[in-house]
Amino acid sequence: MTDTLSTTRQASLERTQRIRAGLRRRHLGETIFRGLGLAAIVLALGFVALLFVDVVRKGVPAFTQSNLHLAVNFDPEVVKVDPAPVRDAFASQAEYTAASLKWQRDVALLNWNKVVEASLRAAAPADFEIDSRQILSIAETDARHDIREMFVADPSLLGQTVEVDVLASANAANWIKGNIDRSLGDAQQQLSAPARALIDQFVDNGTISNGFAWSIFTNVDSRAAPASAGLLGAFVGTIWMMLIVIILAVPIGVAAAVYLEEFAPRSRWTDLIEVNINNLAAVPSIVFGLLGAAVFINYMHLPISAPIVGGLVLTLMTLPTIIIATRGALQGVSPALRQAALGMGASRTQMVFHHVLPVTFPSILTATIIGVAQALGETAPLLLIGMKAFVASVPLTPLDQATALPVQIYLWQGNENRNFFEPRTAAAIMVLLAVMILLNGVAIYLRSRLEKRA
Amino acid sequence: MNALIVAGLLLVLLGLAYQSGWSRSRGLVTADGVKIHSRPQYHGSFVAIWAMVPTLVILGLWAWFGGGITRDYTVSLIPTDIMMSLDQVGLNAAIARIGALASGYGVTGESPAWEQAAGDALRSFQMLTFVGVLVLALVAGGAALVYARSRIDARLRARNAVERVINLALLACSAVAILTTVGIVASLVTEAFRFFTFIHPFDFFFGTVWNPNNAGSAGNWGSYGLLPLLSGTLMITAIAMLVAVPVGLMAAIYLSQYAPAQLRAVAKPMIEILAGIPTIVFGFFALVTVGPFLRDLGNLIGLSINATSALTAGIVMGIMIIPFVSSLSDDILNQVPRTLRDGAYGLGATQSETIRNVLLPAALPGIVGAFLLAVSRAIGETMIVVLAAGNAPVLRGNPFEPVATITVSIVNQLTGDTDFTGPQSLVGFALGLTLFVITLGLNIVALYIVRRFREQYE
Repeated sequence: MTDTLSTTRQASLERTQRIRAGLRRRHLGETIFRGLGLAAIVLALGFVALLFVDVVRKGVPAFTQSNLHLAVNFDPEVVKVDPAPVRDAFASQAEYTAASLKWQRDVALLNWNKVVEASLRAAAPADFEIDSRQILSIAETDARHDIREMFVADPSLLGQTVEVDVLASANAANWIKGNIDRSLGDAQQQLSAPARALIDQFVDNGTISNGFAWSIFTNVDSRAAPASAGLLGAFVGTIWMMLIVIILAVPIGVAAAVYLEEFAPRSRWTDLIEVNINNLAAVPSIVFGLLGAAVFINYMHLPISAPIVGGLVLTLMTLPTIIIATRGALQGVSPALRQAALGMGASRTQMVFHHVLPVTFPSILTATIIGVAQALGETAPLLLIGMKAFVASVPLTPLDQATALPVQIYLWQGNENRNFFEPRTAAAIMVLLAVMILLNGVAIYLRSRLEKRA
Repeated sequence: MNALIVAGLLLVLLGLAYQSGWSRSRGLVTADGVKIHSRPQYHGSFVAIWAMVPTLVILGLWAWFGGGITRDYTVSLIPTDIMMSLDQVGLNAAIARIGALASGYGVTGESPAWEQAAGDALRSFQMLTFVGVLVLALVAGGAALVYARSRIDARLRARNAVERVINLALLACSAVAILTTVGIVASLVTEAFRFFTFIHPFDFFFGTVWNPNNAGSAGNWGSYGLLPLLSGTLMITAIAMLVAVPVGLMAAIYLSQYAPAQLRAVAKPMIEILAGIPTIVFGFFALVTVGPFLRDLGNLIGLSINATSALTAGIVMGIMIIPFVSSLSDDILNQVPRTLRDGAYGLGATQSETIRNVLLPAALPGIVGAFLLAVSRAIGETMIVVLAAGNAPVLRGNPFEPVATITVSIVNQLTGDTDFTGPQSLVGFALGLTLFVITLGLNIVALYIVRRFREQYE
C-alpha cells in the first residue's frame, strides 16, 4: 500500500521535475529570444548613433578655418598703375566706361602675388630664409584676388597699409590642424620645410588664428583655392530644385489623388493608374535619371546641368509619394462629413474642395514635407542629367548651370586633396542632415499641432 | 521679358472675364426674386474659362510651331549663293548668328552685310509675329468672353460646367503618372533597342566580360557582358539582406511584442531616421569608416578584405534597409488577429513560443513580400555602391573583393555624356531596362503576396 503510494508520489515528483526542467528550458529560450530582439534594437540604434557621431566627429574640424592677419601695403612701387579715371562733366559715358575698363585691365595685369608676398614677409621674422613660391604657399591662392578687389573698390588705398584677413591655404590649414603626420620627411610633405616652420611661427605670434568658417556658407565651390570652397552654389541649386518640386508635385499630386479617390469611376482605366502609381513609387531612382537624360535633355533640349531638369526629374519621383499619402489621408475622412455636406445640397466638387480637403490639409502638408525631404537627399538621378559638373557660381535662375547639396558631397568626397576635403564632405553632410532633420521636425510639429485642432 | 508680358496680359484677361461674368450674374437678381441656378462666382469662373481656352490654344500653337516657322523664315533670309556653300553645321551656325544679331546681343567678329540685313529683318519679323500672335490670342479670348457673357442667364448651369472642367483638370493630373511610366518605358526601350543594333542581345545578356571601350572608335566598342554586373549586384544584395533581415525582423518583433510603450515611442522613430538619411551619406560612411574598419578587422584575423568591397557596400546597404524591413514586418505582425495569439497563450505557450510557432508562420507570406520589396530596393540602390563597392566589373565570388553593379555601370557610362550615338552611353539604357524589369517583377510579386495575405483575415 505504502509502496504504491510512494511510487505514485515518486512518479508525480518526477513529472514535476520534468516539467520544471522543461519550463526552465522554455524560459531560457524565452530570455534568449527576448535578448535577441533587444540586441537587434540596440544594433539598429547603435548604427544610427555611430553614423551621426562619426559624421559629426569628422565634420566639426571643417567648421574652423585658419585666417592670416596681414598688414597689406599697397606699395606704389609694386602697384604701378595710373590713378583711377574720374568721371568728369565733359567726358561722355562711353569714354568714361572705356577708360575705367582699361584701368581695371591694368590693375588685373599687375602681379598681386608680390603684394601678398611682401605682407607675408613683413609678418615673418626679419631674417627668415624662404623663397617666394614657398612663402606664397601659405596663403590661399585667391588671396591676391581679394586684395585686388579691395583696391579696385577703393583706389585711394594706394600707398597705404591696411589690416586684411585672408584665408590660409588648405595645406597650411591641414598642417595647423594636425591632419598631417608631422614626422614625415620632406619628400612626403605638401609644404616645404621653411614654409612649415614659418606657419608654426605665425601661429605662435598670432598672425594665424582660427575662426569659425563662415566661408563654407558664403562661398561657392572652388578648385584652385580649396580652403575657400563653400556650399552656397549647391545650396541655391538645391533650393531652386525644391521650389520646382513644390510648385509642380504638390498641386498635381493632390489633384491626382483627389481624382482617383473622389471622382474616378471604378474602371479598368483607373485601376491601371492605380497599379501604375504603386509601381512608380518603387522604381529605382536612377531610372528616373535615365528618363530625364533621354526625354528632357536629349529630346526636349532643356539645358544640361540645370536645376529645372533636376527639379522636373525629382517632381516625377516625388509625385507617387504625395499621391499615395494624400489618398491615405482622404480615405481617413469620416463618411459622416461627406454625407452631411451632400445632404446640405453641396455638389460633389463642393464637398471635396470645401469640406474634405481642408480636413486632410495637415496630413497632406506633412506628407508633402516628407516627400520633399526625400527628394532633397536624392543624388543618383542628378548625376545622369549632368549636375555633377563643376560649377563655381551661384545659379541665378533655374536655367543656369548648378549643382545640388548631395551632389556637392559626392564631388567633394572624390576630390584628390583628400585629407582636406574629407572634413569638408562631412561638414556638408552635417548641413544636409540638418536641413533634413529640420524639415522632418517641421512635419512632426505641424502634424501634432494641426491635427489636434481638426 | 516676353513671357512676363504674356503672363501679365493673361492675368488681366482672366480678371476681366471673371469680373464681367460675376457682375452680370449679380445683375440678374432682381427685387421680384428671380432665382439663379448657380452662384455668381461660378458665372465668373465660367466666363473666365471660356476666355482662357482659345487664348491658351493660340499661344500654345505658337509655342509649338513658332520656332520652326522662325527658323524657316531665317533660312529664307540667307542669300542663295551663300546657302549653296553651307553644310548642315554651317547652316545652324549661320542661323544662330542671325538670331544673335536680331536679339541685339551682337556676335563676335565682323559680320558681312547680308548677315546684318538678315538680322534686322529677323528682328522686325519676330516683333511682328509676337505682337500679331498676342493680338490674335487676345481678340479670340475677348470674343469668347463676350460670347460666354451673353449666355449668362438665370437658368445657365454654370456650376455644372465649371465642375466638369475641374474634373477634367484632375483627370489630366492623374494622367501624369501614366505619362511618366510611358516615358520611362519608351525611353528605355527605344534607346536599349538602338544599343542592340550595335551589340547582339545574346552578347549583352550572357556575356561574361564587361569592358566598354569608352574612347573607342566605330567597330571597336569593347565588350558589354551583363553577367559580371549582375553577379556583383546579387552578391551585394544578398549581403544586405543577411544584415537587414535578422536585425529588422527581430527589431520589429521586439518592438511590437515585448517593448514597453515608452521604449517603443523612442526607438521606432529613431530607427526610422535611418530611412530618411540620404544614401550619399551612407556611401560616405561606408567609404571612410566601415571600409577601413573591415580592412583592419580582416588584417587582425588574417583575412585580406578590401576597404571598398562587396562586403562593405552590402553591410551598409543592409543598415539602410533595416527600417524598411522592420516597419513592414511590424505592420504585418500587428495584422495577425488577437484570437490566434490568445489561443496560443491559452494552451500555455510562452511569448516567444507563440511568436515563433503562431505569429511568424501566420505572418510569413507578408514578411516574404516585405523581403522581396527590400530586395528590389537593394538592387536599385546606387550611391552606396558607387562609393563603396570599388567598381571592379569582374566575375568572381569573393565578397572581400571589389565588385561592380548594374547601377554603378549606368552612372559610369552616362555621367556627363548625353550624346547617345554610340553603345558606350546607350548601354546605360539597356542596363536601366534590365534593372527596371527586375525590380518591377519583384515588386509585382511582392505586392501580390502582401495584398493577398492581408485579405486572409479581413
